[in-house]
Amino acid sequence: MFELFGTSLPSRLLLGTAQYPSPAILADAVKASGTSVVTVALRREMAGGRAGEKFWSLIRSLGTRILPNTAGCHSVKEAVTTAKMAREVFGTSWIKLEVIGNHDTLQPDVFGLVEAARILCEDGFSVFPYTTDDLVVAERLLEAGCQVLMPWCAPIGSALGPVNMTALRSMRGHFPGVPLIVDAGLGRPSHAATVMELGFDAVLLNTAIAKAADPVSMARAFGKAVDAGREAFCSGMLEPRDVAVPSTPTIGRAVFS
Amino acid sequence: MRVLVKGAGVAGLTVAFELATRGAAVTVAETRHSLGGNASWFAGGMLAPWCERESAEQPVFDLGRNAADWWDAVTPGQVTRTGTLVVAAPRDVGELERFASRTSGHRRVDENTIALLEPDLAGRFRSGLLFPDEAHLDPRRAITALHDKLAAMGVELRFEADAPTVSGFDRQIDCTGMAAVDDRLRGVRGEMLILHTPDVSLSRPVRLLHPRFPLYVVPRTDHRFMIGATMIESQSTGPVTARSMMELLGAAYALHPAFGEAGIIETGAGVRPAFPDNLPRVEAHGSTVVINGLYRHGFLLAPAMARQAAELVFNQDGTKELAHETDRQRRSD
Repeated sequence: MFELFGTSLPSRLLLGTAQYPSPAILADAVKASGTSVVTVALRREMAGGRAGEKFWSLIRSLGTRILPNTAGCHSVKEAVTTAKMAREVFGTSWIKLEVIGNHDTLQPDVFGLVEAARILCEDGFSVFPYTTDDLVVAERLLEAGCQVLMPWCAPIGSALGPVNMTALRSMRGHFPGVPLIVDAGLGRPSHAATVMELGFDAVLLNTAIAKAADPVSMARAFGKAVDAGREAFCSGMLEPRDVAVPSTPTIGRAVFS
Repeated sequence: MRVLVKGAGVAGLTVAFELATRGAAVTVAETRHSLGGNASWFAGGMLAPWCERESAEQPVFDLGRNAADWWDAVTPGQVTRTGTLVVAAPRDVGELERFASRTSGHRRVDENTIALLEPDLAGRFRSGLLFPDEAHLDPRRAITALHDKLAAMGVELRFEADAPTVSGFDRQIDCTGMAAVDDRLRGVRGEMLILHTPDVSLSRPVRLLHPRFPLYVVPRTDHRFMIGATMIESQSTGPVTARSMMELLGAAYALHPAFGEAGIIETGAGVRPAFPDNLPRVEAHGSTVVINGLYRHGFLLAPAMARQAAELVFNQDGTKELAHETDRQRRSD
């Protein structure tokens, strides 16, 4: 069990809901992954007021907690407005906060992010900021009122997996008590297992599952990888050694060298 | 048998044809004042079952496989069988690999072959995929040709038919798309542009892959190009948004800079009716047969759905299980 803002969540995998071949396949993938939180974007669907209502009700019917997001917002104002709209539409104060700074890399605008996080935290939101692995930015986000951090491990949708293990390790080390969720950049289940082995609390991903040839099986694979990585972290892994160590004891053998 | 078809989109007109050829006395009732304005009117008109398989499930391929033959037979001269060309910028060549691995019926083409196929794209792309068996048509011309054919066959077409009386008909076919009353249906908004430029000539639909802004360009006559299409989970029929237009134009410009000088002669938005699995359905409810959920595959799927509906009407076989239903059950088992 894992807890976010007082809510116990059975799964440490959070899923995005975009780009699936169909809502039916999305629903099957959610079930197969065992996830307890899905994120949903509001921005693109907003054309025409509540015209996206039908899709949102499909999302609601998945039976998981909903973490609305501000995907595609490029300014503080846009992100704050979208967050408020999301609170109304989904009846939750949870918000995954994205303020995009670069069109090509979809890198967060960390300055805008901190500002928007401060505004939303003051307004009573439970803010999940999509950020980089920068420690100073992370500190500023915590000062702004965030209780969870969501660092990327590579650009959104890139499927590169963790590109800077040192930074991720140091982030885990610096914020031992803060729930850390790796958001964005994971491409395959082994990537998810790797960051979970580092001690991250959860992972959030979308494209790697939605764009797989078989999203439902891929969702199941990611669910297992997240569990495996977490269990490994909790079990105390061996550190690598330079010399071979036989798994069969050598004591009692004729020659001991 | 007297049959009332409600809706004069691609689903309504194709089923009217299938019914009329089986000897039914068919009346088509459309609430709009003319053929235009519905989702079919804003369609791309690609008959591309192989390419669509990239994101669509197998039933879309199976049902759409013979669509080009149907349109060719029923509306002679409307179908162009020159295949589909799929390209990606050198930076996005991974997208091409992904597309190739999800689809079949294609062959790799290099820079030289692309130049032979589409001289205006010479030197712009290093590699691509050619789907040689695919086809395309101009939806508005095809719909108009089908309408004229139906009229010639004696099918009665009533426009501005607000509440057509159901009396006097043995069966009804509901092809009203998003206007149908069905809680399972949702709308997926698609926005498109029509550009005109004498500086570009294309012989076949071209799909430009991009991780965020995939685009297709379908050549029409007279150097007009249909540029499409966004996919937004929204029922809104409002005008094209500035953002969508920028994305579409940006992608068109990336395909060929001459599109930067093109005139924008039309913008449009349609709402595609879709069921949760994005697969089409033909269902019998009493004396009414419903065709709906053609989603982004109207011209591709309408002939097969029309045939199924006509068979339902004539065989009175209301329990007939449709191909995709069994397929889906198998998958979720």
